[in-house]
Amino acid sequence: MWHSATVRTSLGFVALAIACLLVADFQISAHDPWAELGRLFLGLAQPNFSAVDYLGEAIVRTLAFAFVGVGLGAAAGLLLALVFHHRAVRTTCAFIRAIHELFWALIFLQFFGLHPLTGVLAIAIPYAGIFAKVYAEILDESDPQPAQVIPHGTGVVSALAYTRFSQAWPHLATYTAYRLECGLRSSAVLGFVGMPTLGFYLESSFAQGQYTTVGALLLLFYALIATLRLWARPRLLPFYLLAAPFLLGEGLPIRWQSVSRFFTEDIVPEPLRQGEGLAGLMPWLGDLLANEALPGIWNTLLLTQIALVATGLLTLMLYPLVSQHFTGRHAAGRVRGALGHGVLVILRSTPEYLLAFILLQLWGPSMLPAVVALAIHNGGIIGHLVGQRSNAITLRADAPRGIERYAFELTPRLYGPFLALLFYRWEIIMRETAILGILGIATLGFYVDSAIQEIRFDRAMVLIVITALLNIGVDILARHLRNRLRLRHTASCEP
Amino acid sequence: MTALALTEVVADYGGERVIGPLDLTLARGERVALVGKSGAGKSTLLGVMQQRWRHHGAALMPQQLGLVPSLSVFHNVYMGGLARRPTWYNLVSLARPFRRDLDAILPLLERFDIADKCWSAVGELSGGQSQRVAAARAIHQRGDLLLADEPISALDGPLAERVLVALGEAYPTSVLAMHDVELALRFTDRVVGIADGRIALDEASHRLNARDLLVLY
Repeated sequence: MWHSATVRTSLGFVALAIACLLVADFQISAHDPWAELGRLFLGLAQPNFSAVDYLGEAIVRTLAFAFVGVGLGAAAGLLLALVFHHRAVRTTCAFIRAIHELFWALIFLQFFGLHPLTGVLAIAIPYAGIFAKVYAEILDESDPQPAQVIPHGTGVVSALAYTRFSQAWPHLATYTAYRLECGLRSSAVLGFVGMPTLGFYLESSFAQGQYTTVGALLLLFYALIATLRLWARPRLLPFYLLAAPFLLGEGLPIRWQSVSRFFTEDIVPEPLRQGEGLAGLMPWLGDLLANEALPGIWNTLLLTQIALVATGLLTLMLYPLVSQHFTGRHAAGRVRGALGHGVLVILRSTPEYLLAFILLQLWGPSMLPAVVALAIHNGGIIGHLVGQRSNAITLRADAPRGIERYAFELTPRLYGPFLALLFYRWEIIMRETAILGILGIATLGFYVDSAIQEIRFDRAMVLIVITALLNIGVDILARHLRNRLRLRHTASCEP
Repeated sequence: MTALALTEVVADYGGERVIGPLDLTLARGERVALVGKSGAGKSTLLGVMQQRWRHHGAALMPQQLGLVPSLSVFHNVYMGGLARRPTWYNLVSLARPFRRDLDAILPLLERFDIADKCWSAVGELSGGQSQRVAAARAIHQRGDLLLADEPISALDGPLAERVLVALGEAYPTSVLAMHDVELALRFTDRVVGIADGRIALDEASHRLNARDLLVLY
């Protein structure tokens, strides 16, 4: 067993994470963390739904931004998927999806201000990059033969619609529905940078210590995501998409001079703006790299490694909750399975940014809230997928039960898919790690946010590009590892 | 349509010669059966013919049928007529078929005993039902020439004959790869036997009997 490449790679990751733990900062600095946590749970137990206008607006805006952003992203992604074989398109898509929604929001805030366009584009652009890649993979998997038998002289659009799109349609729809759920989370989180969505109301309620309102907001959000299948019906989607642009709110008007200033002044590196030329650029860049980029990269990598392994461990603990081999198939088993699903829905539908924000309020700034938030959210997602995969396995009638079934029958069979999914999430975990810096943990996002606070967009842009390159690097490494360990995967399982 | 001719045709697969070099001329109004044991190169030869004659209105019915499992029976048959309609018409039909297309397609489905499946997804049909859908699509295409690879392999008895008769009415000119020697002799004018990628036999059907073809197997 110790000779298998999969086990050795896994142990290598665990050892690396332990080494990272030794140098990372894990102190709880809050005055009375458990009392805070207690107050939050009390708020969840006794939510205050009395502020109806306020809650209604938070929910409507969150939905509107998600629908417009994901809708535009999907449309653009579909067009890009058709030309995805061009290297330039692939590279551009990899780059735009390597930049987190919140970074896009911070960029657009500089020139559109608090206009709805900022939030819409912040979702639409990275989502277009992701949609393009996954749609292209799904379309590639379709059977080429129907396209060969359609009559000569059929138009390109008709041929595509009847052959590749029709075949891929169920997969495209499933994936798009999944991304809509992601879009709701992204939309909620955009509130933390000033968009009028859920995060905005959550932050202000926290700031005022109104835990009962916090509870109400969180419960509404869970209800929204848990009932997604009930209200996001295919027939209703056109109406939602048509209505959403009118429900984004007014925001503040765009000041066009700030748009042009952004490109001609704000993002031009300071030495160039001052006319120092290349001679001044090098020390400026050196200072930026040494004092901000390198510490940021170091902390981002550290936190990513710990969060990745924590996610893996949590996944291995969680998947039995939704596996029929453990819950059982009869009436009592169904109830247990439904409960398990409920737990995982709550875990995965809480955006990691929101979780980290809450835990940070409770425990004070350190890497601990970030690791716990990332592990809970991602563990919930992968646990759900691994559990589903386990239900496709048929065990022999006299297979052992309990812990032996877990250790000898199921986990060894699921370990390959589990690792494949974990490596898929690797890049996403790193993207999130970087962004959690905005909350005050010294990852790359922290330096980006500080640079923006100091109105030094030139520095912020360099750091954002570095973050994107880091994500692309991890993605390439993960793909390499998946290939080396021969982990099979399909496009539709990629979150 | 001028006479269809293949000259000095070769096809390689993975560095190995699968068919050829061979010459074959097809007269207008001629129904040809391609016979030979599996692996002899019949499907490859049909593929070559399709590539060469696609522009001359060749309709292809491949062995794997080339149907879209997620679309309904109606839409799969409608696909045969895609080239006759403008793009907007095809796109609208995808969501809401037009009456006149339905009127054209339903009789075909009735003839093949699958009218009750008109709105079922093809992915839910049995092998024999799917094969009839593919035949209906080829007929609805109204091309000048039919290239069919084992068009009745999943059908038996009267239904197989009904499909062959319908295909014959729609396509006076056709090349059918078939393994049922009896049916091949009854429904075609000429038999071309393929062995090791070359033409081993080329004879009018009425001059042959089933035993003459045994040499090919």
